[in-house]
Amino acid sequence: MTPLLTINSLTLRAGERALLRGVDLAVRESELHALLGANGAGKSTLAYTIMGCASYAPQEGEMRFAGERLNDLPLHERARRGLALAWQEPARFEGLSVAQFLRAGTHDSDPAAALAAVALTPTDYLDRPLDKTLSGGERKRIELAGVLTLKPRLAILDEPTAGIDFLTVDEIVGVIDAFRLTGSAVLLITHQESLAARADTASQLCGGRIVCAGAPATVIENFKARRCTRCNGVTCGHG
Amino acid sequence: MAELDSLYKAFRQIGEDPAQILTPQTAFVVAYGHEVVGLQSVEGVILIPRRTGEGIELRATVLEGRHIETPVHLCFGLFERVGVQNVLLQLTMQPDSRATFWSHCLFTNVENARHAMTATVDIQAGAQLIYNEVHYHGVSGGIEVIPRAQVAVGPRARYVADFTLVQGRVGTLDIDYDVKVAEDGVAELTSKVYGHATDVIRIREAVSLDGDNARGLVKSRVALDDEATAEIVGATYGNAAGARGHVDCLEIVRGNAKASAIPEVRVSHPQAKVTHEAAIGSVDQKQLEALMARGLAPEDAVDRIILGMLG
Repeated sequence: MTPLLTINSLTLRAGERALLRGVDLAVRESELHALLGANGAGKSTLAYTIMGCASYAPQEGEMRFAGERLNDLPLHERARRGLALAWQEPARFEGLSVAQFLRAGTHDSDPAAALAAVALTPTDYLDRPLDKTLSGGERKRIELAGVLTLKPRLAILDEPTAGIDFLTVDEIVGVIDAFRLTGSAVLLITHQESLAARADTASQLCGGRIVCAGAPATVIENFKARRCTRCNGVTCGHG
Repeated sequence: MAELDSLYKAFRQIGEDPAQILTPQTAFVVAYGHEVVGLQSVEGVILIPRRTGEGIELRATVLEGRHIETPVHLCFGLFERVGVQNVLLQLTMQPDSRATFWSHCLFTNVENARHAMTATVDIQAGAQLIYNEVHYHGVSGGIEVIPRAQVAVGPRARYVADFTLVQGRVGTLDIDYDVKVAEDGVAELTSKVYGHATDVIRIREAVSLDGDNARGLVKSRVALDDEATAEIVGATYGNAAGARGHVDCLEIVRGNAKASAIPEVRVSHPQAKVTHEAAIGSVDQKQLEALMARGLAPEDAVDRIILGMLG
């Protein structure tokens, strides 16, 4: 089956510094792909590059989504084609309510259902401003609800459980499952082993380079063994 | 009366139903130029307008202990292309009274006009006043708006003022408010303005926290595009024990617009504390990309952010 997202030899530099180095990655339809890596490995950078954020235009390589070249498409056009991103640190807005945010960019969304899916009581949140009065965990859950309302073909979830209390983590796992049930593929950036283990496939980033890819158990084991971070670049080549 | 018809028409132009605003249970004053064309007091609210040589003088009083549930409406406007409206407002909230005032300023048709409001507001002990002033302007930009206010907030009293001018061209706006707050009193001033073309915006709002435990907030939200300019001065002075004040200014600038924010904070008592924050710049990139990631085109995302800020 042709992958939904294909990334070939993707390189992103900021000045002299290479943030992504020849990244190859493929995510298939309805697949859950976990992306692992230490802090600073380039996971969020890869997410922003796929999404098309400003200052994240790759110098080399190609990204294709459903067969279409992504590189030259602006962010909102990528979103309209079915890419969505749940940001690790979501933006806050003055004067925008949760309901307005969840309806933005969609015509047939059900904000209440999306909030319920992330274990938030809709009546408590729909009219609240999406500003600093929300806790970090609440904002993260609303961000996930926002991606749910978009019904994307590929949801990129950047550390969706970071800052979430452990009582709610199970609900977040349920949300990830919900994406798959509705046919969405998921690129899951996570530091949680238990979440990564649920994936169909996985990749490990280190120093902006994919150093291991394949079955989640294999990638997790490689990451835990710290082979790439202890090799001084001899094995993984990122040093 | 033709003028009242014109005002009703203006209300409808801005999407408001005058029949819902000016009801038999509502206290209101309707002034066209220097003519008072509508007046209604209700129990607990006394409105006395008078035409003077220079304009209109309006004395508004909310009687002691009265809690007025239905907002009081002050409707000002000019419906011809050229004109002047000078309003002298003396508003008194007697002890422990409560009311909300809406001041509707309708200048949708003017091309060369001036609207000056000079207000003296006395909010006596334990009283609460919410004063919302909303301007509706046309596209000509040929209007000068000059609001001036001296406000005394008495002990345990509360004053919440909101000035909004986000529809149409601002023209020239020159706000100058001075608010003095007595012990345990609260003053919250918010101004929201959207400037276009060659609009000129000057806002000076100063709060003196003169009584123990007085509280103050001066908040301004300004968006500018084209060649518009804005100079915002938010001042707060902590002059008593336990006084707490904050100045919060946010300006979004696009095109060739220019903005300055001058937070002026001063403390003259060791147990007072005043803080400030000011941000001027383009639309927040993180907010912009968050909305674009939901499929909004950049210009739609910017509009959403600005209108949210000015909401």
